[in-house]
Amino acid sequence: MTKPSAKPSSTNKNYWHTSLKILFSILFIWFFVSFGCGILFKDSLDAFSIGGAPLGFWMAQQGSILCFVGLLLAYSFWMNRLDEQHGYEEEE
Amino acid sequence: MDQTVWNFIFIGITFGIYIGIAIWSRAGSTKEYYTAGGSVSPFANGMATAADWMSAATFISMAGGIAAAGYGASKFLMGWTGGFVLLTTLMVPYLRKFGKATVPDFVGDRYYSNAARLVAVICAIFICMTYIMGQMRGVGIVFSRLFSIEIWMGVLIGGGIVFFYAGLGGMKGITYTQVAQYCVMVFAYTIPVIFISLIITGDAMPQLGLIGDYIKDGPDKAQPLIEKINQISTDLGFREYTASSSNTLDMFCITAALMIGTAGLPHVIVRFFTVKNVRAVRKSAFWTLSFIAVIYLTAPALGIFARTNFVEEINQKKYQQAPDWFKNWENQGMIAWVDKNNDGVMQYRAGKVFAGKPLKPVYAEDSTSDVGPRKVTNNIDMSSQNEVYYDKDIIVLANPEMAGLPPWVIALVMAGCVAAALSTAAGLLLVLSTSVSHDLMKKIINPKISDKQEMKYARMASFGAIAIAAYFGINPPASFVAKTVAFAFGLAASSFFPTLIMGIFSKRVNKEGAIAGMICGIGFTLSYIIYFQFLTDSKDYWFGISPEGIGFLGMVINFAVAFAVSSVTAPPPKEIQDMVEEIRIPKGAGKASQH
Repeated sequence: MTKPSAKPSSTNKNYWHTSLKILFSILFIWFFVSFGCGILFKDSLDAFSIGGAPLGFWMAQQGSILCFVGLLLAYSFWMNRLDEQHGYEEEE
Repeated sequence: MDQTVWNFIFIGITFGIYIGIAIWSRAGSTKEYYTAGGSVSPFANGMATAADWMSAATFISMAGGIAAAGYGASKFLMGWTGGFVLLTTLMVPYLRKFGKATVPDFVGDRYYSNAARLVAVICAIFICMTYIMGQMRGVGIVFSRLFSIEIWMGVLIGGGIVFFYAGLGGMKGITYTQVAQYCVMVFAYTIPVIFISLIITGDAMPQLGLIGDYIKDGPDKAQPLIEKINQISTDLGFREYTASSSNTLDMFCITAALMIGTAGLPHVIVRFFTVKNVRAVRKSAFWTLSFIAVIYLTAPALGIFARTNFVEEINQKKYQQAPDWFKNWENQGMIAWVDKNNDGVMQYRAGKVFAGKPLKPVYAEDSTSDVGPRKVTNNIDMSSQNEVYYDKDIIVLANPEMAGLPPWVIALVMAGCVAAALSTAAGLLLVLSTSVSHDLMKKIINPKISDKQEMKYARMASFGAIAIAAYFGINPPASFVAKTVAFAFGLAASSFFPTLIMGIFSKRVNKEGAIAGMICGIGFTLSYIIYFQFLTDSKDYWFGISPEGIGFLGMVINFAVAFAVSSVTAPPPKEIQDMVEEIRIPKGAGKASQH
């Protein structure tokens, strides 16, 4: 079973609050690029184009997926840095 | 060399590799069997998860679905990739830290209740069972096409192979086989698309071709490909390819349900229990989505290319001038032409070719394609001018032939289909067998059984599961398999996702709340799906939300009920609250998995 962490609880609390901030930033962008650009504002974005494709359509079929991959890279980077700041880092 | 010889060579080599890996990585303990000992590298796990995730349906049908639906298919593209953002940020790092072998383990411990564990086990079994049936059917169909055998023989061969390496090697065997299967899939999928992109747009990268110019009519007539496809579509009576969905709310709900469902699928979650620690989980999730994106970013390009090519090569052509692949696939019942206006020319338009059922062409006994089009015995729908029927799966299957590629590429695509079906089936089989051996036998029925006995139960359960899946693969309940996607995702979205999220992010939600929430969420989602899919033909949906999207509402109900019930009952015990605190801190996951 799990044991309570040896760290003082203020460190844990601080860590948790910052990680929630990172999480909400990631999820905000996630929502904006997919549901926002790909569905809700698709029609207005279609007025612009990327190459030969309307932007809203392109966001739904290509752009949002590229953003998702970028988001996971950013998440991993930010969370690892947060771990190091709080002394929770581990070797892979 | 003959096509059949190439098929045998490719399938033979890939099967040899899979079996070799299975023997090399035989599991010795339950820990290796369930989570590969928690020692898989993030990169390898990423590849394996991508292969696990992409099923036969994704591989064979997705591009065809996009070609047919245009923008409307974006819900699948976003839904099945965006779910990984939810999965990575909200679930797997914390569940990995918790460090147990299965998802019901977490539910049972966090909500300190075997009743909650049992509900979770039933959901896991149901989700995986519905999913695996479709995979077995897929394997059977591919084999029957490849070697001209009956579908039931194909299902049995596929089932035997999967049982051999999943039952023997457990998670360890599955993981390394899936790495090999991903490699086969990615080459099989992208190579033909690169060639077809070069022919149509002159760009070697399909994603650039998608936003590039159509150059097949000569450089002076170049125009943006998307403009071309929109024009073709409206000329033939279809909606514009890029036209918005007619019901934005439904599009929103389906996308949300697919994303949330993805994040709640047990066979995807357990994949992240195989890496060493939380840091490795984050990295592995990034690799997973990258590998998935390679195929998901290619599929929309393939959809447009294939549809343009299809119309240009078929429409307004005489049957005698039709390309060879038309006749090949006509013999397979995948494409058919009915000369409604008797002008000897094939007209491809919007609308149905056949009226009522069967949906697929049924040929008259004495008709062959040697002299002319095969005659069908279906009722003809004379209300539309469309004369060409095609099965959307040929977009991927016939793609190499449409691009004029050599026979070995066709064999590679077939090997890719088989790899996609086998890798997903193996992952599902593992969750099914651990649900029975670990969650049901060890944790609920008899906690005293030894590690060895538990392994024996796991192997027996995987045999049982594959036998049932094979049975339903051979005798699919009428049109059931196609509708099960709504089931699996709706269930995962309305049961596991909210329950796991609340378990991690709230210390207040207790066992009463979680159980009530799960039951209401699942109850609502299941009744809605069963009512509209099986009991009535009416499409009089609530606010126009189709059964595929109802899991989103089910999730909202689960959250609401769980919070309401928890707020009027006692908070969880102190040690559970401490446990929740503990899983929020990433350090020490490696140690925690020694159970």
